[in-house]
Formats: sequence, C-alpha cells, structure tokens
Amino acid sequence: MTMNSTGRPTSIAANGGSGTDVTVSGSKGLLQAEGLIFEIGSTDKTGVDLAKPKGTKNRLGGVTRGAPSGLPGLTEPEAVRHYVRLSQKNYAIDLGLFPLGSCTMKHNPRLNEKVARLPGFADVHPMQPQATVQGALEVIEELADWLMKLTNMPAVAMTPKAGAHGELAGMLAIRAALIARGEGETRKRVLVPVSAHGTNPATAAQCGFIIDEINAAADGRVDLEDLKSKLVDSSDVAGIMLTNPNTCGLFERDIKEIADLIHKAGGYFYCDGANFNAIVGRVRPGDLGVDAMHINLHKTFSTPHGGGGPGSGPTVLSAALAPYAPVPFIVKTDDGLRFVEHHDEAPESFGRMCAFHGQMGMFTRALAYILSHGADGLRQVAEDAVLNANYILARLKPVMSPAFEGYCMHEALFSDGFLKDTGVETIDIAKGLIDEGYHPMTMYFPLVVHGAMLIEPTETESKAELDRFCNALASIARRAVQKDPSLKTAPHLAPARRLDETRAARSPRLKWTPETATLKAAE
Amino acid sequence: MRYLPLTADDRADMLKTIGAKSVDDFYGDVPASARLKGPVAGLPNFQGELEVERHMTKLSKKNRAASDGPFFVGCGAYKHHIPASVDHIIQRSEFLTTYTPYQPEIAQGTLQTMFEFQTQVAALTGMDVANASMYDGSTACAEAAVMACRVTKRQTVVLSGGLHPHYADTTRTLCEAAGIKVIQLAPAVDGELELSKAVDDTVACVIGQSPNVFGTVTDLTPVGDAAHPKGALLVAVFTEVVSLGLVKTPGEMGADIAVGEGQSIGVPLGFGGPYVGLFTCKSKFMRQMPGRLCGETVDADGKRGFVLTLSTREQHIRRDKATSNICTNSGLCMLAFTAHMTLLGDKGLTHLATLNHEAACDLADALEAVKGVKVLTSRFFNEIAFETAKPADQVLAALEKHDVIGGVRASRLFPGAGMDNVIVAAATECCTQSDIKAYAAALAEVLR
Repeated sequence: MTMNSTGRPTSIAANGGSGTDVTVSGSKGLLQAEGLIFEIGSTDKTGVDLAKPKGTKNRLGGVTRGAPSGLPGLTEPEAVRHYVRLSQKNYAIDLGLFPLGSCTMKHNPRLNEKVARLPGFADVHPMQPQATVQGALEVIEELADWLMKLTNMPAVAMTPKAGAHGELAGMLAIRAALIARGEGETRKRVLVPVSAHGTNPATAAQCGFIIDEINAAADGRVDLEDLKSKLVDSSDVAGIMLTNPNTCGLFERDIKEIADLIHKAGGYFYCDGANFNAIVGRVRPGDLGVDAMHINLHKTFSTPHGGGGPGSGPTVLSAALAPYAPVPFIVKTDDGLRFVEHHDEAPESFGRMCAFHGQMGMFTRALAYILSHGADGLRQVAEDAVLNANYILARLKPVMSPAFEGYCMHEALFSDGFLKDTGVETIDIAKGLIDEGYHPMTMYFPLVVHGAMLIEPTETESKAELDRFCNALASIARRAVQKDPSLKTAPHLAPARRLDETRAARSPRLKWTPETATLKAAE
Repeated sequence: MRYLPLTADDRADMLKTIGAKSVDDFYGDVPASARLKGPVAGLPNFQGELEVERHMTKLSKKNRAASDGPFFVGCGAYKHHIPASVDHIIQRSEFLTTYTPYQPEIAQGTLQTMFEFQTQVAALTGMDVANASMYDGSTACAEAAVMACRVTKRQTVVLSGGLHPHYADTTRTLCEAAGIKVIQLAPAVDGELELSKAVDDTVACVIGQSPNVFGTVTDLTPVGDAAHPKGALLVAVFTEVVSLGLVKTPGEMGADIAVGEGQSIGVPLGFGGPYVGLFTCKSKFMRQMPGRLCGETVDADGKRGFVLTLSTREQHIRRDKATSNICTNSGLCMLAFTAHMTLLGDKGLTHLATLNHEAACDLADALEAVKGVKVLTSRFFNEIAFETAKPADQVLAALEKHDVIGGVRASRLFPGAGMDNVIVAAATECCTQSDIKAYAAALAEVLR
C-alpha cells in the first residue's frame, strides 16, 4: 500500500476499491441529485421580502382568483443551490467544443452581457416617449447599418424575434409584393430544396404557399436541371427558399444562375441566412441576387443560445421587397429618430409581427460583438470558421466517410458509410461523443445524406481543442468499425443514460402533479 | 483579436494538413464577381473592449431608465423588481451558453427547468397544459388564433376592443397570411363584454384580454358561455402575469386557450425584448399546440428524466404540416421566469400582486383628486386609463419636464379612434408614495 508521510492512503485501491454506483444521497460526487421545486419547496416559503400591504383598498370589482396557485417557494439560498445543481447537468460552450452543425455555437463574449445590462438599455420601456430613448434607437440604427453593409442590401426589418420569425418576415414581404402586383392569388408555389431546414417549408406553408421540393444533385447542391424543370410553367411560382452556404456545408456555386432563373420566372429569392458565419466579410448576399435573408444574431453575431432562445432574426430586404417591410421601423426626422408604428403611416407594409420593436437585448449584444471585431475581424471570423471545419474534415477523412468530395465551408458533413455492417449507427457515434466530454454533432440532418453527421466547430476553437476533438471522434469511429458493443448503450458517463422518448410521447406528462408523484413512488 | 484563438502559425499548419494553399481555396465556388478582396468597405476595424464599452455606455446614457425617476408606463410591459439571484442564475455558463436540449443526457438542467416552468405556468393560469414558451405574448396570441382555427376547422376570429393593439395587429398579420378572417371590435375601455354579441357558428374563437390594454379587469366567463354553444373557443389573453396572483384566472373563466406575456416575472423591460410568451390550453388540444414541450420519462437505468416530446407537431419533423414554424423560443427568459417564480412562490406572488393593486389604487385616488381628471377604468389591477381636457401628447410632454414619465397616450395605441385625451398609466411595486405624489402634483400643474 502506498502511504504519504502522514499515513493517509493515496491510491483508490488503498481505500478498498472504487466504491459503488449507488449512494445514499443519489448524488455522484460533484453531480448532485436534485428534485423538482414542487418536491423541495413549500407554499409557506418565499425568497423575496416585500413591503407590507395596507389591505385597505380593492378596486378589482370582484373579479378575483378563486383557488390559490399552490406553487411552492424557496428561500434564496435554496433557490440558488437548486438551479446551480441543475445547471451542472448541462453541457455548454463554456465547457467545450459544441459541434452542432447549422447552429453556429460560438463563444459568447461576456462584454456583450455587460453592455446589455446597462440600465439605459435593460431598464427602458418600449412605450416610453421616444424622445427619452434616442440612444436605444441609435443602437438599432447602427446595427441595421452594419447588417445592410455586410450584406449589401438596401433595407432591413429589425423586429423578427428569431430565425424562423425572420423567414416569416421575408415570406410575408414576398406575399405582399405579389399581391401588389396583382398576382397574390395566382403565385402560390414556393420551391424548397429537400435539404432545407424544417422551418423553411413550415414558414412558407404558414403564409399560405404550397411547397414544391427540389432535389439535390449528387454533389450536394441544388439539382439545377430539376429546378429548371419546375420552372417550365412558372406562372404560379412565388419564389425559392434556399440556404447558402447550404445545409451540406457547401456554397451553391450556381447561385447567381438560380437567382436569375427565379427572377425571370417572376418569383423572389429567399435566402436562409443561418450559415452566414461562413461568408460574413467575404461574400455579400446582395451581390448574389438575394431578395430577402434573415440573419440569426444568436448564430453569426454571438448572442447566447440560452438553452433554446431567445434569438433574433433581422431580415435584410432587396429594393423590390423593402416597401413591404413590417412596422415598426425607424425614420430620421429633424427632432431625431422616431418609429413609424402604424399601418396608416406605412400603407405598403405587410403589418406588424410582434409587440414592440424586436429583440433589443440581442441588438446591444450583437452590436458589441460587431464593433469588437470590426470589418477586418468579421472577415477573419469567416475564414477561421471555414479553416477549422476543413481541418476537421481533413483529420477525420481517413476514419469517417465525407458526404461529398472537396472542401467544405463552415461545417463538415459525413455520412454513415463507414458504419456499414457494423451494427453501429449515427446516434451511437453521437452518444459516444458524450462520454468523451462533447456535445454530439447534428445528426440525421440534412435529410439528403444517409445517417448524416454535421460538424460545425466555429472560429472560436483553438487548434489544440480541434485536435482533442478529432482524436476523440476518430477513436469512436475506430471503435465503431471494431463493433464495440458499448457504443450501443452510450452514454455511460453522462448525468443521465439514454432516455425513453417513446414513453414520454405515448402518455405525455407535461407537468408535475401530486398524482404523478404518487405514481412514481409506486413504481 | 481577442475572440479568435488561432495563431498565424496554427493557420499555416492547418492549411498544410488540409493540403490547401490559402483560405481562398475554400471559397472557390463563390462566383468571381461576388468575391470581396478585402474587408467590407466603409466600416471601422476591430476595437478593444474598453473602446466598445465606452461607445455602448455613451449610447445607453441617452436613454432615460425607468428607475431614474417617477415612471408609470405599462401597456404590455411592466417595471418590476427582479431579485439579484435571478440574473446570477441565468448567467450560469451551463444555462447561458447551451443549446436547445435535443440531447437529453447532457441537458437535464435545461429540461428540468422547462418542466418546472410548464407546471408553474399551468398553475398560474389555471389551465391544463403549458408549452415551453413563445417569443412573446403577442406572437403567442397570434398562434392561439391560428390554433383555434385548426381545432374548430373554421376561418374567422373575433378580437375584443380591449385587446392590446399590437397583439391584435400581430394576430391579423399571421391570420391574413393563412387566409383567416379577422373581425376587430372597436377599441373600448370595457370592450371585452362586447365579444358575446359577436359570436356565431362560423367563428373559431373570440379573443379577450383581462386585464385589458386600458387596465380593465373582466370576468370572461359569460363570453365563454356565449361562445361554447356556438362551437367557438374562448382565448383569454393577459399582458400582466403578476395579475394572476389576485384576479380570476383564464382556467376559472373557462378559457380553452390562454396566452400572455411573462415579462413581469424575471425579465427586464429591455426596450421590448426579449420577453417570454406563455401559451396554455386544455388537455384535449395539447397535440395542436405550437412550440416545444418537455415531458417526463425514465432513462435506461429507470431514473426519472425529462425530454422534449410530442415533436411530431414541430417543423423539424413535420415541415410544412407543422403546427407552427417556431423553432428557437425564449429559453433563457423562461429560466428567468421560473427562477423568479420559485423565489416568489404562491405566497410571494399574492403579496406582490397585492402591492401592485394597492399602488394602482393609490394612483387612481391621487389622480382623481386632481381637478379635470376622470378615471375611466372602473375595475382594474395595476393599470388605469384616465381622461383630461387636454391632448394627451401635450400632457405627457409637460409631465416629462417634471421628470414624470406618465404613461402611454391612447392615441399612440389607437390612432384616429377619438381617444386623443386619454392616458394609460400603470403603477407597480416599484412606484413609491412620493412618485405617486409627484405625478399628481405635476399633473395638477400641467392641467391648471
């Protein structure tokens, strides 16, 4: 037995083995077991100390709540501990590379958080007199100016609250333009590649359009011949929704021809800007014939994803669509900046998309990010993002199956070809990555590649991090080829094992109830 | 550049591994005419943290913050105190910098808070089920209208004259695109009860708000009673979620769908966003809901865990047949809401709601004592509409000179509706007695 000078055992073996997986507390070392607030809180507890009510006035007119909500409270120390314990069950960018393709999980600078919390931004009301919020309007104008210049587009709608909401802005502008041309009822068909994000067809359908899918060519781009065949009779074509760089991580090399074809057919070109990070500062979508494109501030411009939102999706518009932009928008007057808020002042506008003026909290963050990088830094962002993805592609090519020949843009796409006859599937590779300490890549998307694995490292990874990640993924790929059965049941080391999604959907339990608690105890 | 870890040597090494001469090789598919030779022209280059912070601070100082003095603006966003621990919790790296919890094994933190959120929202509204948030109250309202049409297979919705006009406009935009007819009733301080008369058997839903945009609290039960026999749904809207600590809930009023803005709990004013849309309904409509849902299940070891569920409603699975195009929601604001709500508990919420109501009663009393002021809202929670003999824009501008931000003029909400002299003012727990005194004194001076 190894002992140090004070006789304390220094090896695990000295302590009688590695112990057991089962602990009395349910915790595993630093990973704390934690119940729901409904199990640990109580209705007579609160974590706020408020002034005493007078109890003398009531002008509710008798429209009062019957039963109390029954929601439990926690004191501050309990609440902080509860949420911090829960936080430790999450993976995050701050912990490591987050290779989710098409999601651009880059570092979120803390300066952004600091400026967004300045009282002059965080503590101003959207409906207070406009003379008292000129600085806020200047932020929106300054960010809008950057977005228009980076895309070479003449207008931008700032109110959309996320990428899909930006798509909606673009498609509603197209709809309004068609109506203005007297073709609102006849032009209903929107072309969408099969490789598109699900939001594209969902958005077009929400605007009353009919989806016509275009095939992908063998090289992962739009099948130009298929597109042309769908434009032979083009009198019903409203437009096309195309992601560029596309969801295979490739630049659509025929993009100008596609834009020309669609314009000649009388339609408009909506570009999904989710992958703008690959080209910011290197290519301006306005130079490619785009009519509308949303920009995910939570992707390209580093505002935090926050576990699923909030996002922000300003949408740049061509001169043809600019008149139909949503209200409110900002105009310059002799007395400073002001909003045009109503339809009667902007009769061509397709209307309002949300209460107030968009995601101001994301605007301040994105502007801080943009100013930090500047025009030169943003160009370097795109170049490093693309370089990092190509490095991953090159390093993993020997052990995995690249979906397409040649270089990629900001994300590297692999098929499950190398898993043939191993019994191991894409999902097992993904779950294996979890045990290696990584969030999985995007899997089974895009739909055009079998068992797709889409890896986007972003520019905020060092070479050492990329090497570490490639070593881990390469080792998983080798284990898969050797039919390592442990991959089928991975992850083994995560806070939770694989979860039964079928059970969740079959008899949905969407909230805690005392009954479900009883059921749990009975099981 | 402080956010870019690659060194020049790294870049050279990596290009060598790849077998490329320069990054230009990767952009070979870009049409030659669209390749920029250098940084985009006419824009400044990179700046240090100090310079950026200085610039942003300067811009922020051109705005008058709500905490800078007496402040009474409401109309869909409310100034409340947020406990310091809420901001600490949402800035935890593991919450702030993570993605949508599609990988449940390493996202139980986010998923469990979602489950807590859904439970809290359902309990607050008295409804059966809640989703894991929408962008904000207005888009939740629009989605509710579209959902009601899906459920009833009808194509007409009726909006009350008390519905926040931004909510009405947002709803109209989405409905018109989907071919749904929108009937908008005339703006009125007590507009909700008119809904009963507007229902017939072609109507998918009636949408009423309580407290409404003029602050009026209304029991929507009679509206639901009129709608249901005709096969129409009742959609109840609220913009001030704190009101649910005191006023009759959508569930108690028989609402089929209830939606609202959750900003008041945990989320700062932030000039209008990001906020957190609350979306709830009766169990039987669960599979027609838009947005993400979190459900309870077990993992391979039989331990309780949570996953995103019923995703066959959603765009990433159903594409053009999805119930909505929504993907990103308001995740972090949802967490802020949940953390703040957990700190409050039922006890704290009821207490907070009482303080808000009393502040508004004090405000109404103080303003009614000013000569020439008529309070129009007879039943209210924390917001009132009042009328004076002078145009509201002039009154508010004059109040501003006294450093009182007195509310929103009704003509900004409903231009051309003949409400030029009406002001909508809110009072929350943040308004002190001296703020209210200052308002009344300034108003007396302005109206003299």
